[in-house]
Amino acid sequence: MKPIYFFLPLVCAFAIFSFRIYSTPIPNQPQFDENTLGQIAKGKLVYQKYNCQSCHQIYGLGGYLGPDLTNCMKEGRNGELLIKTLTQVGTTQMPSFPISESEMENLIAFFKALDQTGNSDPRHFIVSSNGMIAEHE
Amino acid sequence: MNKWETNFAKLFINTALLMLLAGILLGCLAAASYIWPGFLKQDLGFISLRPMHVSAVLFWILLGASGCVYFGLNQNLPNSINKHLALTQWALWIIAIMGIFFSYFQGKFGGREYWEFEPIWALPILAAWILFLIQFLVQARKMKNWPVYVWMWMTGILFFVFTFTENYLWLIPGFRKEIIGDLTIQWKANGSMVGSWNQILYGTSIFLMDKISGNNKTSTSKVAFFLYFLGFFNLLFNWGHHIYTLPTQPYIRPISYAVSMTEWVFFAKTIYTWKNQLSEAKKHFSFFPYRFLLATNFWVFLNLIQALFMSIPALNLYTHGTHITVAHAMGTTIGINTMIIFATAFMLYTNPCYNFLQGNKQLNRLFWLLQLGLLVFWVSLLGAGVEKGLWQMAESRGNFGDMMNHLRPWFIGFFIGGILLSIAIIGLALNLIWAYIFCRKYPEKEQELKPIE
Repeated sequence: MKPIYFFLPLVCAFAIFSFRIYSTPIPNQPQFDENTLGQIAKGKLVYQKYNCQSCHQIYGLGGYLGPDLTNCMKEGRNGELLIKTLTQVGTTQMPSFPISESEMENLIAFFKALDQTGNSDPRHFIVSSNGMIAEHE
Repeated sequence: MNKWETNFAKLFINTALLMLLAGILLGCLAAASYIWPGFLKQDLGFISLRPMHVSAVLFWILLGASGCVYFGLNQNLPNSINKHLALTQWALWIIAIMGIFFSYFQGKFGGREYWEFEPIWALPILAAWILFLIQFLVQARKMKNWPVYVWMWMTGILFFVFTFTENYLWLIPGFRKEIIGDLTIQWKANGSMVGSWNQILYGTSIFLMDKISGNNKTSTSKVAFFLYFLGFFNLLFNWGHHIYTLPTQPYIRPISYAVSMTEWVFFAKTIYTWKNQLSEAKKHFSFFPYRFLLATNFWVFLNLIQALFMSIPALNLYTHGTHITVAHAMGTTIGINTMIIFATAFMLYTNPCYNFLQGNKQLNRLFWLLQLGLLVFWVSLLGAGVEKGLWQMAESRGNFGDMMNHLRPWFIGFFIGGILLSIAIIGLALNLIWAYIFCRKYPEKEQELKPIE
């Protein structure tokens, strides 16, 4: 059998799989109005502009020098104050950043929305005997 | 043989070697931040050095892979490479490299992990790969009954174009607004993209085995095609193991888990062929390209075990977001990708005018220093990762800063390993560049490799 007969079906399956991922909304996600969605998208661009991913992670994805920021806005963590202070004065490891007021607003909106998407702490998963994991209800 | 065409392989490999040298130096500077926090913070700092290092070494792999394919094409189809296409492809790369590093030095970012540069510079890279794809398809059409490595090269080039484009879907606002959907697509693209350049480089290793053994048994066997399709299947569907903990589409996790577990077949195959490789090694051990391929197999073995365990979701909870992931990335890009490109480069530059063949002691030492340095580097990262993994799963855990201080001995090991492998890589790269310059000085002594019969 010619290799092309294996190659083409795999490519077709991948195309369908990819299209489904692009087009289906993610379940159990918070809903935001258009205005907030725009702010979130701009906030993500601020995160990229100052290359925060070089040191920080979102859901464990990113750099390794600083802590994961997924739930930095969780209640009781003073997230907003910490983000504003640390980006202005820096730390031993982190430089200060010339973030404008509107950029900061968008960045904070992004982190707040990110916090509502889920929990990045791996301890909240339940492990099954087949090696699979599931989130706590 | 037409000099121009051999030179395209050399042109890409030489450019790749320069990127490797830059990447190594930048990597050492970036790693210093782990030992001396805040190193160069006010000037470049980790925030610029990390993307510079990552881009340089990624370009080493991508340019090196392009050089490998040009070498293979020229061996299979002498005098047929379209010079204008190849030269334009190379020129686009140079434009992209200059633009990217200029903007990094100015502190301008805007992209995403591994591709932190401003998105405008992705355009020349994409254009270069589209030209590469056209070049490849035009040439490969002339070949009948493709050996498996030609299929692998085609798959790698085609899917790099696709995944690189997919990686920039975030530029469309509709994709960016949905945080989790956006992250899913980002890591879908990144995961499959790694599979794409692996297809090109694993294909190259099969091509080199054909050249060394003098027959095409490996590249036309049914087993080779079976493993190619299994690898391709994994490229398409196993990327979800990067995002097991992301609250994304629920079907992604079980699909990726099941597909990733098919890689045990590669593991079994590696064990099965181990004995044959050792007996073959006696024949070719003094031949550097073969030795690098043998080293590749050793690193495939270690990284495959690691990848298989990391792909089990329950264990992934401990490894995700830790230095175990970095160990895997370094083990595969240095231990596998870099070794294969070095094997090709040594094959390309092995020539009567510059002697790589007769037990060159300096090269011997550099080869072993590379393996030792990488082992120290890899083990240190694994150690740091295990400690961080236990910290992140502990019922009551201390703060992040204390945990990082606790990892310091592992970071020192990682730094020392990095210095050792840097010395080895710089030495090997300079030897290759010197061989190229020396042979150009005495062209009458140069003797090209014979094309495949």
